[in-house]
Amino acid sequence: MPEPMRARPKPTPETQHFWDGAKAGELRLQRCDACAHVYFPPRPFCPSCASRKVSAFRASGKGFLYSYVINHRPAASGFTPPYAIAVVELDEGPRMMSNIIDCPQTPEALELDMKLEVAFEKLDDKITLPVFRPAKG
Amino acid sequence: MRRNQVAVVGAAETTELGVIPNTSQLQLHADAALNAIADAGLKLSDIDGFATAVETPQQVCHYLGIKPTWVDGTSVGGCSFMLHVRHAAAAIEAGLCKTVLITHAESGKSMIGKLPRSIPADSLQGQFEAPYGVYGPPSMFPIPVLRFMKTYGITHEQIASVAVAQREWAAKNPRAMMKDPITVADVLNSRMIAYPFRLLQCCLVTDGGGALILTSADRAKDFPQKPVYILGTGESVETPMVSQMETFNSSRAFKVAGPLAFEEAGIAHKDVDHLMIYDAFAHLPLFGLGDLGFMPHEETGKFIADGNTRPGGKLPLNTNGGGLSYMHSGMYGMYALQESVRQMRGIAPAQVPGARISVCHGVGGMFAASGTIIFTNER
Repeated sequence: MPEPMRARPKPTPETQHFWDGAKAGELRLQRCDACAHVYFPPRPFCPSCASRKVSAFRASGKGFLYSYVINHRPAASGFTPPYAIAVVELDEGPRMMSNIIDCPQTPEALELDMKLEVAFEKLDDKITLPVFRPAKG
Repeated sequence: MRRNQVAVVGAAETTELGVIPNTSQLQLHADAALNAIADAGLKLSDIDGFATAVETPQQVCHYLGIKPTWVDGTSVGGCSFMLHVRHAAAAIEAGLCKTVLITHAESGKSMIGKLPRSIPADSLQGQFEAPYGVYGPPSMFPIPVLRFMKTYGITHEQIASVAVAQREWAAKNPRAMMKDPITVADVLNSRMIAYPFRLLQCCLVTDGGGALILTSADRAKDFPQKPVYILGTGESVETPMVSQMETFNSSRAFKVAGPLAFEEAGIAHKDVDHLMIYDAFAHLPLFGLGDLGFMPHEETGKFIADGNTRPGGKLPLNTNGGGLSYMHSGMYGMYALQESVRQMRGIAPAQVPGARISVCHGVGGMFAASGTIIFTNER
């Protein structure tokens, strides 16, 4: 029996650049050319000033642990509980949901505000998922 | 909206609440509607306005045989019914209809005639949240809690006391699902669901429904029940993605809807005799007390832990037992409204003596939406 899979994202035309970036090992955000607002999730206009002139750029991949739960039950397909579902605040400002790898999934190890850095987990030929791990040094 | 121009003249829940394995979701809508019609002394043919959520208005209107001239299918989660009340009051005042029926029902436990909720893989939630292992509200709704606790110095024991206080109210309510007394230690030793939350900090999963009937305040005096007037209303939405909230230190949707309702009602917080804050999970009353302006967020945990919201306390909160102990079929806002109406009629099982103003605050999704209705029994 094949292992149960975790939910696979299906890109849309507006988000494709993000997933292309992840596949290439880049965390891509968007910045408004008019007002410099940096935002996530992807869309082809600025949610702050409504300008359609926006650019994707490679983010630093650095951030900190904003909040999380450690999910015990029920578990999502492809996950072995307990596992943390985290929200990371990126140095550029936006937050994103993620998982924290290379770290015990315990309240003691998962300290709020701990520094994190992006890592990439290849799910299949199309989708690579950005995840985060404790920052080195 | 003008104060006290529209009133609730009919209110009822389904004949049974809890586990109802012999009834479909659609029939639960009808059961609640027929009970509310009887409560108001009306016939179905008197209804010319209709609102519901999840199920479509056409589905329920056809099943009931209603021919409306005004419908509202606003479906923003469990507070949809607060928004329906607000929209219905505006519609009645604008002359679009005279008598509005609002129904909710959900076969949340037995899952009979209920479509499963699913997240499309190409939605924003499907792309940017689902791959990280979220699975239903228990894995998502508590995500802000640890940040909220750290910001305001709230303790695990204080949040656990929410469940304890509400169980005390539930014990007074024959229709409450869970009535046995619990302690803070019981809550903190119950089965872990999604740290920091354990079983007794998560809502029940049950079957049931409820319905409300609204008409103009001028007509309301001719109905058999004591009219309950709409004094103030507010609504808002923020985001369907909990990870994208502006902050985890408050809910933007709460902070828009709540103060709007207070302003419209022209009341101060000290005027509030009775309060309902939709408690899908135990942190919601803390967010609600802070975001609605009852007190600074820092004080909310201590306020509840000190017993101020329990029976005999100075701010009776979630007096039916709430989603944690009364019932929660999936969209609890209707049951919060029902309890506010009972309190304003003076017939609640755990009646707050002499209550004249009730604030009923709802949440939809994971802080995705919010609606606040302020009721009074004095015009």
